[in-house]
Amino acid sequence: MSSLTVKNVTLKFGGLTAVHDLSFHIPAGSITSIIGPNGAGKTSVFNMITGFYRPTAGQIMLGNENLVGKKPSQITQRGLARTFQNLRLFPNLTVLDNVKSGMHSRTKQTVWGALWHTPAQKKEERLIEEVARDCLAFVGMDASRYRIAKNLPYGEQRYLEIARALGTKPRVLLLDEPAAGLNYEEKENLIELIKRIRQKYELTVLIIEHDMGLIHKISENVIVLDYGQKIAEGAPVEVLNHPRVVEAYLGKEEEAM
Amino acid sequence: MNPLGKKLSIILSLVVACCLPFLTNNYWLDVATLALFYIVLAQGLNVVVGFAGLLDLGYAAFFAVGAYTTGILMTVYQWSFWLTLPVSMAIAAVVGVIIGAPTLRLRSDYLAIVTLGFGEIIRILAINLDITGSASGIYGIPRPSIGSYMLAGQMDFYYLILIIAILAVLAVKRLGSSRIGRAWMYIREDEDAAEAMGINRIKMKLLAYSIGAVIGSLGGSVFAVKMSAIAPLSFSFTQSIMILLAVVLGGLGSIPGVVLGAVLVIALPELLRSVEDWRYLIFGVALVAMMLFRPQGLWPARYDTGKDSAHEADTLRTEGSDRDVQLDSEKCNA
Repeated sequence: MSSLTVKNVTLKFGGLTAVHDLSFHIPAGSITSIIGPNGAGKTSVFNMITGFYRPTAGQIMLGNENLVGKKPSQITQRGLARTFQNLRLFPNLTVLDNVKSGMHSRTKQTVWGALWHTPAQKKEERLIEEVARDCLAFVGMDASRYRIAKNLPYGEQRYLEIARALGTKPRVLLLDEPAAGLNYEEKENLIELIKRIRQKYELTVLIIEHDMGLIHKISENVIVLDYGQKIAEGAPVEVLNHPRVVEAYLGKEEEAM
Repeated sequence: MNPLGKKLSIILSLVVACCLPFLTNNYWLDVATLALFYIVLAQGLNVVVGFAGLLDLGYAAFFAVGAYTTGILMTVYQWSFWLTLPVSMAIAAVVGVIIGAPTLRLRSDYLAIVTLGFGEIIRILAINLDITGSASGIYGIPRPSIGSYMLAGQMDFYYLILIIAILAVLAVKRLGSSRIGRAWMYIREDEDAAEAMGINRIKMKLLAYSIGAVIGSLGGSVFAVKMSAIAPLSFSFTQSIMILLAVVLGGLGSIPGVVLGAVLVIALPELLRSVEDWRYLIFGVALVAMMLFRPQGLWPARYDTGKDSAHEADTLRTEGSDRDVQLDSEKCNA
């Protein structure tokens, strides 16, 4: 469990400012949502936190450590895991091999161990398998472990991505639109799952989501972005009725009249 | 394939490979030796192209590095053959990193072009440097010996390269099923997702290049002492393409597939000798047809090899054992 702090972060692509002077703090162990209309900069914020984009200015702190300038793999090693808005599984590999990827940065066997099958290497392989299967069992997919990822139904692919992220043993979990494309029942299950994840793995969870129902049910804290800036922050009930949020989503009342 | 059938077919292939020198004439034994060289080279390239998904069109460069290192050390400095092996492997690993480093940010087509360029650089260097004997190459490379026994006959070299081929297959197999092999496959499947899962893609790509280079150079070192003369012509762009062909034909990332591919790439043109001038045309047409109807390769890699997928494996076993028969018959013919 670890807190995540974004301090005065700006992201510019050439002349376009995608994110402008954004600051927020996510307390350790909380579930926080980032919402906003399309193009508000939500995924850009995710990509900066996970190291895929480098902010033009500002700091991103995981606990007491600044993540800016680190590679995505180094950030994952420090305990931050993510899922992708458009599924990014390893399509031709098995479900189990997909989840095993998470343990890569938690293990250290080299070419030598692989060639000679040293006891240390075998022990590590067993550990990798054990952790991967635990994560799969947790999302209820252990039975499908030998199936090829791309052959799974869409909903299960979403779950698999979550299991794969858990396989990195994270302290903070970032979910980019985890409910996209799921039906009502699957969404209800997802809400339960995210709550269980926080409990069992003692994680801080940050979610980007469009589904207001899901946000209401799950988040303790909501941050609203529009045009790359924070326009509101607080408990879901207050924030979702905030006039600027309503305006961002539905347009101004005068115009609507 | 079930474990028993797999074991049996491996043992059968090995027995056939070991008995081969007693079953055929010198001509076909030479073809078989060449096929074994191709198995080593194709397995090395399999690590780069099949596992890590990095298209390399200049792989013969590493073959050249191994051959020239051994050739120069043995003729100019009178080294023992066995001592040249670790040196040429180390040099190849370094060259692998040198070629790998600037290409790491590139993907697919761009990467292919750069590796093609590197392959040509090595070949042109060999033509123009004095130490590599310029266009005529290096000749009079001494025979290696074990104790007082000198490896000189065709059969000696057949067994030497057979051992190297078995070691290469084993090494690539073990690497492929390890943490490192999985990391390569994650990069091949989705580079960004792999990075997001904590895999340092730059490090792992460099490692793939180096391992591929080391295996290729090993083949080159043995090639130098087998031929006792080497020339730049042996390390042309066509050579790189033929090795790549063995990998693609057999099945990218599939170890038995790549063995089959290497044997076919060498054996088919020989089998077609009766039709003289037409043979490469027929070979080419066969390849085009293959890519159209079976683009995944003759013996594609399978990743769902767990115990629970026994049912699916059953249907594939028949297919797989057919290929073994085919593979063995190729060797018998060879």
